[in-house]
Amino acid sequence: MPQMTTSATTALTATDVLTARLPALREFGYWMRRYRRIWRGTVVISVANPLLFLAALGAGLGKLVDANHSGHLAGTPYLDFLAPGLLAASAMQNGFVEGAFPVFQSSRSRGNYPAAAATSMRPGDILAGHLLFVAFRVLLSGLLFLAVVVAFGVVRPARALLAAGPVLLTGMAFAAPLMAWAVRVDRQSRLNGLYRFVVMPLYMLSGTFFPVGQLPHWLRAVAACTPLYQGVALTRSAALGGGDAGAAAVHACYLLALTAAGVWAASRSYTRRLNS
Amino acid sequence: MADVLIEARGLRKVHAPRGAAAPTEAVAGIDFRVTAGEAFGFLGPNGAGKSTTMRMVAAVSPPSSGRLEILGMDPATHGPQIRARLGSVPQDDTLDTELTVRENLLVYGRYFGLPRAVIRERAARLLEFARLADKADEQVEALSGGMRRRLTIARSLVNDPEILLLDEPTTGLDPQARHLLWERLFRLKQQGVTLLLTTHYMDEAEQLCDRIVVMDHGRIVAEGSPRGLIEAHCTREVLELRFPPDRQQQAAEKIADTAKGVDARVEVLPDRLLVYADDGEDALTAVHRTGVEPLTALVRRAGLEDVFLTLTGRTLVD
Amino acid sequence: MPVALWRSPAVAGPAALVERNLVIYRHTWYLLLAEVFEPVLYLVSMGLGIGALVGHVPGLGDPSVGYVDFVAPALLATAAMNGAMNETTFNIYGKLRMLRTYDSILATPLTVRDVALGEVAWALLRGTAVTVVFGAAVAAFGLVHSLWALLILPGALLVAFAFAAAGLAVVTYIRSWQDFQLVQLVMLPMFLFATTFYPLGVYPRPVQIGVECLPLYQSIELIRQPSLGVVDAGVGWAALYLLLLGCASLALALRRLERMLLP
Repeated sequence: MPQMTTSATTALTATDVLTARLPALREFGYWMRRYRRIWRGTVVISVANPLLFLAALGAGLGKLVDANHSGHLAGTPYLDFLAPGLLAASAMQNGFVEGAFPVFQSSRSRGNYPAAAATSMRPGDILAGHLLFVAFRVLLSGLLFLAVVVAFGVVRPARALLAAGPVLLTGMAFAAPLMAWAVRVDRQSRLNGLYRFVVMPLYMLSGTFFPVGQLPHWLRAVAACTPLYQGVALTRSAALGGGDAGAAAVHACYLLALTAAGVWAASRSYTRRLNS
Repeated sequence: MADVLIEARGLRKVHAPRGAAAPTEAVAGIDFRVTAGEAFGFLGPNGAGKSTTMRMVAAVSPPSSGRLEILGMDPATHGPQIRARLGSVPQDDTLDTELTVRENLLVYGRYFGLPRAVIRERAARLLEFARLADKADEQVEALSGGMRRRLTIARSLVNDPEILLLDEPTTGLDPQARHLLWERLFRLKQQGVTLLLTTHYMDEAEQLCDRIVVMDHGRIVAEGSPRGLIEAHCTREVLELRFPPDRQQQAAEKIADTAKGVDARVEVLPDRLLVYADDGEDALTAVHRTGVEPLTALVRRAGLEDVFLTLTGRTLVD
Repeated sequence: MPVALWRSPAVAGPAALVERNLVIYRHTWYLLLAEVFEPVLYLVSMGLGIGALVGHVPGLGDPSVGYVDFVAPALLATAAMNGAMNETTFNIYGKLRMLRTYDSILATPLTVRDVALGEVAWALLRGTAVTVVFGAAVAAFGLVHSLWALLILPGALLVAFAFAAAGLAVVTYIRSWQDFQLVQLVMLPMFLFATTFYPLGVYPRPVQIGVECLPLYQSIELIRQPSLGVVDAGVGWAALYLLLLGCASLALALRRLERMLLP
């Protein structure tokens, strides 16, 4: 205890030096401190959700699907088909939940953003710090999900690690553009509306629960263009193997481009919102 | 003798918190009567038991023991019948924030089972009375504190109540809003509505009340008209003296010695000294003679605040 | 006689509360469409996608009954449940703790009983409205098979009543918005395992018994049987179960609300 006080009063800690160089880490630290109070609950949810869905749909519904031998899945057991799809879909949900509501609330006049902007931090630092935290949350939830999937025996541990990249990318491809929008949205009901009418349809129809090949032609084309479809496809090929490398590269480039565009748009809208 | 509308004898309320914490006695056995047409006030600091008493009279909080009769009925058995004839303005505005200003009145009237046509007519009149006619279709959120208060009062009048209960009607309002509210309440009194109100502002009690009970720690410590209370418990005038913080203690001791000689009493407050004397100017001369030099000196008439201080040794607002 | 009944305080009190909610609902009725959107989305997804993967549902006598026919009544029961329960949990939590709506209502002749019955009646209306709109969508998909389907609406009413009352009892225990996560932790597995997506036969017998105890399982039975046109005594038991659940929850909720609102 005495040691701590001396280092705090006399010498700069490593953290002090880092945050002085990189103000974004201060914003990241803010979100981490908030998260420390609630992390237990989020871990329970992050494990319970995949566990329940995989048990009910993968194992339960899977019995019916596998017994039917419909040929739509090309012999893949339903559980194996479903797990990576759900994984990518939950990355999207996490990207949405973390990138929409906290950003909206922080940008209100009593939120954390105006308070941070009143210090020496620039809007870009605030965005970067928050983006880093969102990435942390998406990755953490994804890894917990992957642990469950490995426990179910669907994916080998080495492949699971390989799938962590696509999961992060899928989450950020949603989170970054969302943050650009959520920082200047005027009512929370718009976020709810987006979730209900955009995120949920993506969740149900982007190849998560069944191959998009079963959709009608016109809808199939639409589905293939959605970011979740790209994320599901990339995650599935990483987790299960197979699939060709060229297609995977296209999916990855699509998601990277969307993330980059989101970050670019966000840096503009954060600057406009917080400098006004 | 006018009709007795409210009668309480040995009225007690004990709050029993969950878990092992000891129960607290918010109202510790009080007696009072309110007759038709009068304005009756509970004066006391926060935590004196005023609001708890009001909630019992409003028939929304059952007494722990004692007798309570409102409009000749027992609230334990006739709660709805009693509430049908009361108007209630609670301490926090409990307006329905999901409704507009006018809808607040219309919907509230329906809780009393009044026909829609009757409520519509009254709502228009009450909005006029509360000076909110031009805000009728706005959301409650958009109103200022004073407007909300007036709307709450308008709402409490929708059933044409015989008794109006007001719990700290002007706390938190600016002076202008308070005066407007007092004027409206005075009109109601003239129309024959019996007013029962709590306050910790002595000016409010003096302005509005015919009769006051002073409450402290759940008990009634004095009862009477505002003037009567002052005459009974205070000198006619008060001399207020201010000193630099480091010299107050010393000055207080000196003045206390002189005061004994001239039949005056001294109260030491954190920021000033009060000298109770029938003639303030005389007292000030006596103070100057002791060689004490106050920063400021002020002679004023004694008020209810002083009554409270004399009775309890504490100030009303802390 | 009907007029006298309507005017009697026992009915007029709860009715006044329903009227309050209707006044607000006039501005937000479109939320009903949002609430129906989700089950319709599930129905489309099941119909287009998973149905083809599953094919024939084992244990159902009629081979012409497709997977969507099997899932639709379960989604209907779930919609009735959610429509009613969202109202008595989320919305009433807000009114109890944030808006303090009932403080002023209880200063009028209305009693806690009026408030509780009024809110349950309102939730029942909401649940029924969601069911009717979603039911129309189901019918449009051509998923109605026999005259037994007439039992679906009263069934959905009973489901909505049971869950509205259960929600009202639950909300008296909730201390913060965080606690709703615990509610979700119960509701989500119930939704997933209560034979919504596959028949009871998939489980081993001990698990079957556990699932049969779930209120959502009984709700689904109550609606699925008449919807598929195969009705047995199970419907009666389900109805009795839900009626008892609703009444017991309501009694509990009343007792706790009395203590919360009139301290």
